[in-house]
Amino acid sequence: MTTSSKPDITPQSASLKAKGPSTDLLKQWLRDMLLIREFEVRTMQAYQNKKIGGFCHVYIGQEAVAVGCTAALEPNDPVVTAYRDHGHALARGMDPKYGMAEMFGRIGGCAKGKGGSMHFFDKEHHMYGGHGIVGAQTPLGAGLAFATKYEDEIINGGVSNRVTLSFLGDGALNQGSFHEAQNLAGVLDLPVIFVCENNGYSMGTAISRGTTMGHDITSKAAGYGFDSAVIEGMDVIEVYEGMKAVVDKCRETSRPAFVDMRTYRFKGHSMSDPRKYRTKEEEQQYAQDDPIDKLANELMNNRGLSRDEYDVMAKEVKKQIREATKWAEASPIPDIEELYRDVYVEKFGPYSGTSLPAMLED
Amino acid sequence: MTTRTIEFREALREAMSEEMREDLRVFLIGEEVAQYNGAYKVSRGMLDEFGPKRVIDTPISESGFAGMSIGAAMMGLRPIVEFMSWSFSLVAADPILNNAPKMLYMSGGQFGCPIVFRGNDGAGGQLGSTHSWCVESMFANVPGLKMAIPFTPYDAKGLLKTAIRDDDPVFFLESERLLSIEGEVPEESYTVPFGQALIRRPGTDCTIVSFGRPLYFCLEAAKTLAQEGIECEVIDGRTIKPLDIDTIVASVRKTNYCVVVDQSWSFASVGSEIASQVHQHCFDDLDNHVMRVHNDDVPAPYAYNLEQEMLPNARKICEAVRAVTYNA
Repeated sequence: MTTSSKPDITPQSASLKAKGPSTDLLKQWLRDMLLIREFEVRTMQAYQNKKIGGFCHVYIGQEAVAVGCTAALEPNDPVVTAYRDHGHALARGMDPKYGMAEMFGRIGGCAKGKGGSMHFFDKEHHMYGGHGIVGAQTPLGAGLAFATKYEDEIINGGVSNRVTLSFLGDGALNQGSFHEAQNLAGVLDLPVIFVCENNGYSMGTAISRGTTMGHDITSKAAGYGFDSAVIEGMDVIEVYEGMKAVVDKCRETSRPAFVDMRTYRFKGHSMSDPRKYRTKEEEQQYAQDDPIDKLANELMNNRGLSRDEYDVMAKEVKKQIREATKWAEASPIPDIEELYRDVYVEKFGPYSGTSLPAMLED
Repeated sequence: MTTRTIEFREALREAMSEEMREDLRVFLIGEEVAQYNGAYKVSRGMLDEFGPKRVIDTPISESGFAGMSIGAAMMGLRPIVEFMSWSFSLVAADPILNNAPKMLYMSGGQFGCPIVFRGNDGAGGQLGSTHSWCVESMFANVPGLKMAIPFTPYDAKGLLKTAIRDDDPVFFLESERLLSIEGEVPEESYTVPFGQALIRRPGTDCTIVSFGRPLYFCLEAAKTLAQEGIECEVIDGRTIKPLDIDTIVASVRKTNYCVVVDQSWSFASVGSEIASQVHQHCFDDLDNHVMRVHNDDVPAPYAYNLEQEMLPNARKICEAVRAVTYNA
């Protein structure tokens, strides 16, 4: 394998884009991104109306990353991420009503109201969370890759054929767990891709202030001998094309890789962030780079999407999220008995065993 | 049932090997478990039998390999994670305390964590403070995990097999000081269930409750006390979570006195928890408050005499039993 601190995947040329994904697929991605955006807009409203408690981190601005990465995967490839997890769950296929109900603390939530915004899980869609401690999900991601490979090779006697995406933010680059996960993935040849959603800030700390070599974070992977790529995360087509190459290679070689996914969160770190650490000019500049506008423009200018078609799509998405929110509000709060369920699989003492959320049974 | 005499470490090895033969999902991972045959030779020969894909050497990277194994367990594999010492598990506190025991709950029942963390707990022998952790009190405070502390080779094998088959995360606390002791172990396969304490020595005058290595100190003390006419009932709790409080309570109702011996430190400990529960259940049966013997509330020292003095040794247990039974 080649080891390089330089990206080995270059941004797409216009001609490659033209040959890329079909128009229907692009429309689907546009719809998926609109769905995430609308979900997050509603989430912010609900948070301000005190229907959502705790910490809440929205994905607005980063939609192209989850959608493009998901498109590059097979349905049974595992993904795991940190606390800014709504977009990944929705992109993976979770019905938004289960996510909204989770944040409302209702029994209909994806984790029966026990996880909240930061802990979305969806077994059917191979979404392994939603994890609240920065960097903690990266060894889990290595473990998911370990398990797919172990299952494929040892239990099923075949060859490793699944790839795990382990997302992290740029803030996790400096956690020990991430470096331990990378080292293990390298030593054990694990088919895992660490996708760093590099939005430039770990909470309020700019990457240049907290991360050595922050201008070239692929250097973090070079030391572990990984292939790495820098991908323009504000363009879903580039995300897909770039990730497809990385994913395909990872699947073929069962070797880990690292991606510096350049993105930007349009909102604050969490709901209580006045964003004093960055300038209005910077925000305005990135607003010009909105991944949804970008794809909509591409579709309208070059792929024959009409304004009406777009409006219908946006309207449908709004309706879907409105209905999801209604459904979540109508979902009952958990019975007090839920307190002692899912602590242990086994029933003993006050513990009443475990049960699956309605999401998996509907 | 045919039995033979084997070492504690062999009993542990038999438990792991038998379960690995039965279930392909089970694998062993940790520092030096494969090529080195185990830092304490617990896994000797397992690499030869199962190969490097199921007996897996890791770098010195507890947080990484503990977290990685938890990820594997979420997908349904059943990892056995060896910590060379539980003292080293502290750098893996986040995965073992924040992920493994809470995954089932946080995911609303979607992802369990059938994993065993095992290794040496407690003072080894003049290892100094950083290597002499007794993690039971600190970790037993966390909901969602189970905790077993075997005392004999028989229990080491039977409890470990139960731990491996358990669908919940199990913290399995061994002792370097016990690995070479020998005991009778059946040839046939067997398990020891969790949550069932055992009376190691019957007695009528005072109940002594303990777990793991300090039970030796308890039995030694009981012998001394018997010569003084005090017959102690020594109870081996076997598992801290779940705790078989019923067996303890039944004994205290008979003896009316109770001493808890816990090798961890006294403040907010397994010992204080058991004392509290005994007071709650046996308030009218007790003829004195429950007394506790712990490690002294100091970091574990290096000097031999100081370390021996720090431990919940037989002399301290004798003093506690005499005091609680008004024989001091």
